[in-house]
Amino acid sequence: MNTAPRKIVVVGNGMVGHHFVDEMAKHEGYEITVLSAEDRLAYDRVHLSEYFSGKTAEDLAMTSPAYYNEIGVNFFTNAKVTHIDKAAKEVTTESGETYAYDKLVMATGSYPFVPPIPGKEREHCLVYRTIQDLDDIQASAKAGKVGVVVGGGLLGLEAANALKELGLQTHVVEFAPQLMGVQLDTDGGALLRSMIEGIGVQVHTQKATNEIVDGEECVHRMNFADGSHLETDVILFSAGIRPYDNLAREFDLTVGERGGIVVDNNCKTSDDSIYAIGECALWNNFIFGLVAPGYTMAKVAADNIIGGEQQFTGADMSTKLKLMGMDVGSIGDAHARTEGCKSYVYSNQPDQIYKKIVVSPNGKELIGAVLVGDTSEYDSLLQYALNGIELPENPDGLILPSSGEKPTLGVDALPDTATICSCLNVTKGDIVAAIDCGAVDVGQVKSSTQAGTGCGGCAALLKKVTDHELEKRGVEISTDICEHFAYSRVELFHIVQAEQIKSFDLLLEKHGSGLGCEICKPAAASILASVWNDYILKPDHVSLQDTNDIFLGNMQKDGTYSVVPRMPGGEVTPDKLIVIGEVAKEYNLYTKVTGGQRIDLFGARVDQLPAIWKRLIDAGMETGHAYGKSLRTVKSCVGSTWCRYGQQDSMAMAILLEDRYKGLRSPHKIKFAVSGCTRECAEAQSKDIGVIATENGWNLYVSGNGGMKPRHGDLFATDLDDETLIKYIDRYLMFYVRTADRLTRTSVWLENLEGGLAYMEKIVKDDHLGINAELEKQMQNVVDTYQCEWKTTIESEEQLKRFRQFVNSDAIDSNIEFVTEREQIRPAKDEEKKYGVKIQAVDLTPA
Amino acid sequence: MTTEHSWQPICSTSDLIKNSGVCALLANQEQVALFQVGNDKIYAVSNFDPFGKANVLYRGLIGETKGDVYVASPLLKQRFMLSSGVCLDDDAYTIKTYETRITDGELEILG
Ligand code: SRM
Ligand SMILES: Cc1cc2nc3c(=O)[nH]c(=O)nc-3n(C[C@H](O)[C@H](O)[C@H](O)COP(=O)(O)OP(=O)(O)OC[C@H]3O[C@@H](n4cnc5c(N)ncnc54)[C@H](O)[C@@H]3O)c2cc1C
Ligand code: SF4
Ligand code: FES
Repeated sequence: MNTAPRKIVVVGNGMVGHHFVDEMAKHEGYEITVLSAEDRLAYDRVHLSEYFSGKTAEDLAMTSPAYYNEIGVNFFTNAKVTHIDKAAKEVTTESGETYAYDKLVMATGSYPFVPPIPGKEREHCLVYRTIQDLDDIQASAKAGKVGVVVGGGLLGLEAANALKELGLQTHVVEFAPQLMGVQLDTDGGALLRSMIEGIGVQVHTQKATNEIVDGEECVHRMNFADGSHLETDVILFSAGIRPYDNLAREFDLTVGERGGIVVDNNCKTSDDSIYAIGECALWNNFIFGLVAPGYTMAKVAADNIIGGEQQFTGADMSTKLKLMGMDVGSIGDAHARTEGCKSYVYSNQPDQIYKKIVVSPNGKELIGAVLVGDTSEYDSLLQYALNGIELPENPDGLILPSSGEKPTLGVDALPDTATICSCLNVTKGDIVAAIDCGAVDVGQVKSSTQAGTGCGGCAALLKKVTDHELEKRGVEISTDICEHFAYSRVELFHIVQAEQIKSFDLLLEKHGSGLGCEICKPAAASILASVWNDYILKPDHVSLQDTNDIFLGNMQKDGTYSVVPRMPGGEVTPDKLIVIGEVAKEYNLYTKVTGGQRIDLFGARVDQLPAIWKRLIDAGMETGHAYGKSLRTVKSCVGSTWCRYGQQDSMAMAILLEDRYKGLRSPHKIKFAVSGCTRECAEAQSKDIGVIATENGWNLYVSGNGGMKPRHGDLFATDLDDETLIKYIDRYLMFYVRTADRLTRTSVWLENLEGGLAYMEKIVKDDHLGINAELEKQMQNVVDTYQCEWKTTIESEEQLKRFRQFVNSDAIDSNIEFVTEREQIRPAKDEEKKYGVKIQAVDLTPA
Repeated sequence: MTTEHSWQPICSTSDLIKNSGVCALLANQEQVALFQVGNDKIYAVSNFDPFGKANVLYRGLIGETKGDVYVASPLLKQRFMLSSGVCLDDDAYTIKTYETRITDGELEILG
């Protein structure tokens, strides 16, 4: 038997081709070679449009040369395959290189269909599929004012949004009488149209373009069959996709009548050694234009190659998406074409909501749905449809605005086969299995099943199923903060606010029991500070603060503290820098520039802190809250003042933001950054609040995180003016302060928040909960009542008394010893201490 | 080595901080963390954190679980019962406790 590795050649490195590589690389004994026609490796086409809102090609990349090297995959870019020799089992690329295969996998995807309109080859007539296309569109848009998208389907509308974002006056030209004809019924399409027109995109339906010629005011003029015309500078064709099956046709693999490489349930083509997966494959006379079915095909093909028996048996084409800020969802038989089926419709014109469900002839099963303007019921409707769950007696209750109890679908009702995450094809059964293997929270379920790591749309459902399963196993998902309060942090926040409680003692007396502990005390202190913003070392509050807060410094391993003056935006005058240097020298403090663009002085004894701070405050500095669960730093770059690429004054904005939010106590620390342009030197996308300058204002990113589990921030809003930017941040942060669990960064908070980013957008942008005025007011109160805690502290005799090592002596702690390293101090290690570690008064009971 | 114990005057009771700690230095250089819990209960334990190996316990937070009062170390949060010195998180460790009394508003420690 031949033991040489079997050669797998993959043609195309799109999303599906890459997924196949990832699957295949898990198995030993295969040599994988990837041939990509594009000049780069796979990237996330689904989120392609985000390229226009600040994501770079690197952000969108799904793999990298380093990764392929690491997993031992050979790859070639700019390597378009032009020839297949089935008999010799070889493929040849444009440049003449030849690769032998044992198994060949076609993952060539599809290309945009451009209708044969005379003039379609003109300049600035483009398509929307690759990063290169987007670069071209951007260049064309710069030169023009008006843009037209030909095609009013899902992708066409996404392209229209892009043109609009690029600042063009945008039109959509559609051949059919309605928009999104595949997914929506007539009424849903009509509502979507009026919503889209409402934001200034003009829609022209039933228009067939006859020709494109020179325009008078714009570059082109499109002449339509009905005699009308439209002038435009840029034209994007988005009139459907066509599978890249040219190789199959040429080299004699069976293709469908209307295109597509025919595959069977194993994703095998008519040649036993050749597979086809993704958008180039035709299964059961159907091409799936979505990524999830492609991923399933990739898995099936890989499994088949290693001798497994997985089968591809079709995929659900339901979709939920946000188009130009509008919610649209479509499930199954949206057009009610099934014989004998019945529909229920809810339509609310003033609020621009349209919902329809289609039920089976016997009224027991959900077979289709259309949701426009409000997709909050999508998840639960989809589960009914996919799993054939019996409908409640009055199914219309599922889509009517809640007048009392809404029949919600308990996760218990879902069968094990129910798909929870469609991107990664994870079922409820998979989740149950992960929990049975020891996963005890959503994070662990995620990492062992991959659920939720695609589009993220399933996060809420995933959490529900996981929590429910854990509860069933007796794992208590208690939200009580600790044994002293039978409330979550959020509930305590509401209590403090509603009852105007200003001290921990009162809170404990009215709503708690016992004396409190190191969990509820700092949490309460933080809530009290967020709501009332009193001096945190008021006698009532001292005993609640975490150590770092009690002495307004970070305690180091030897019991000394660090000193970090605020340095807004990282800006510092030479004079202040000199004072910092003098202080460091005088007190012999270890000095270091931090990762947060400021200076940290380490090794100050508790009794030295007040004098050190006095010097700094006298020189015009204030506390940097390096110790607090509060705003830390606003990282910045120099911006337009100095940098030749700068779009806005990022320095000034960073300082403004740091000054505004300094001192805001929150569930966890908060970090900001402001970059002056998309080069992102301030790394704003890794911060809780990230701001990136654009030509027209600021793009706002939220809930990024560095640290233990890095998370890229989500783009929340674009091209904001200063005022709106601050409003949005006020609302976003205050809502976080109100609702997050203790010690939860904005990243984790958002990921666990039901409704996620879309929900936050509704709240912050549309005032969905009607609380924005209140959130802003609360923030303004924090801003108005700001005080430098160190300044207040050094001015109080009473406070200063606490800053001493001993109540009965001026001696200093003899256990603190330093040695010198690289010309500065550092804590002595045990073996370096002159007098040895003073392990005093400790009884070590033998274990 | 003398093992003789005597009552040492430390400070006025008004120097204590309610529900929080201060630190006293005994004649033999031992450091004692003093906590006033509620209005009148006073505890005295060693100030040395045997896990972090630093003199910091008086700066810890006071907590209570099922009626037992403890201090949580400010370094790595291990909890020590104030009445017995037993570590709640690892009973191999017990820190020394001291007796206290109040004479004419002056706090004294038996050390
Ligand atoms: C001093 C500094 C390191 C340095 O030498 O540069 C530092 C030092 C500490 N960091 Fe940090 N972090 C420092 C920048 C960062 C950064 C970089 C940044 O801010 O751009 C990060 C990643 C960004 C982020 O937070 O998303 C960072 C992520 C962490 C984390 C992980 C947070 C997370 O969400 O995963 C912790 C642990 C925690 O907070 O629970 C942490 C905790 C700590 C603590 C508080 C650990 C402790 O309890 O002793 C350190 C105390 C320092 C002190 O005594 O002042 N530090 N830390 C940096 C101070 C910045 C400043 O000027 O305030
Ligand atoms: C703007 C946009 C938004 C989208 N949004 C969504 C969405 O929200 N949800 C969703 O499910 N789907 C969405 N899609 C569809 C999704 O991107 C596709 O289903 C998916 O990319 C298909 O993957 P694939 O690997 O089959 O094809 P592709 O990603 O097209 O990759 C095929 C690759 O093969 C290369 N290739 C072709 N011929 C050759 C050759 N002869 N030799 C070498 N290489 C070759 C191509 O250049 C290409 O790089 C969207 C698509 C676009 C364009
Ligand atoms: S990375 Fe770890 S060791 Fe370094 S400063 Fe941050 S918390 Fe301390
Ligand atoms: S459905 Fe997209 S990540 Fe789960």
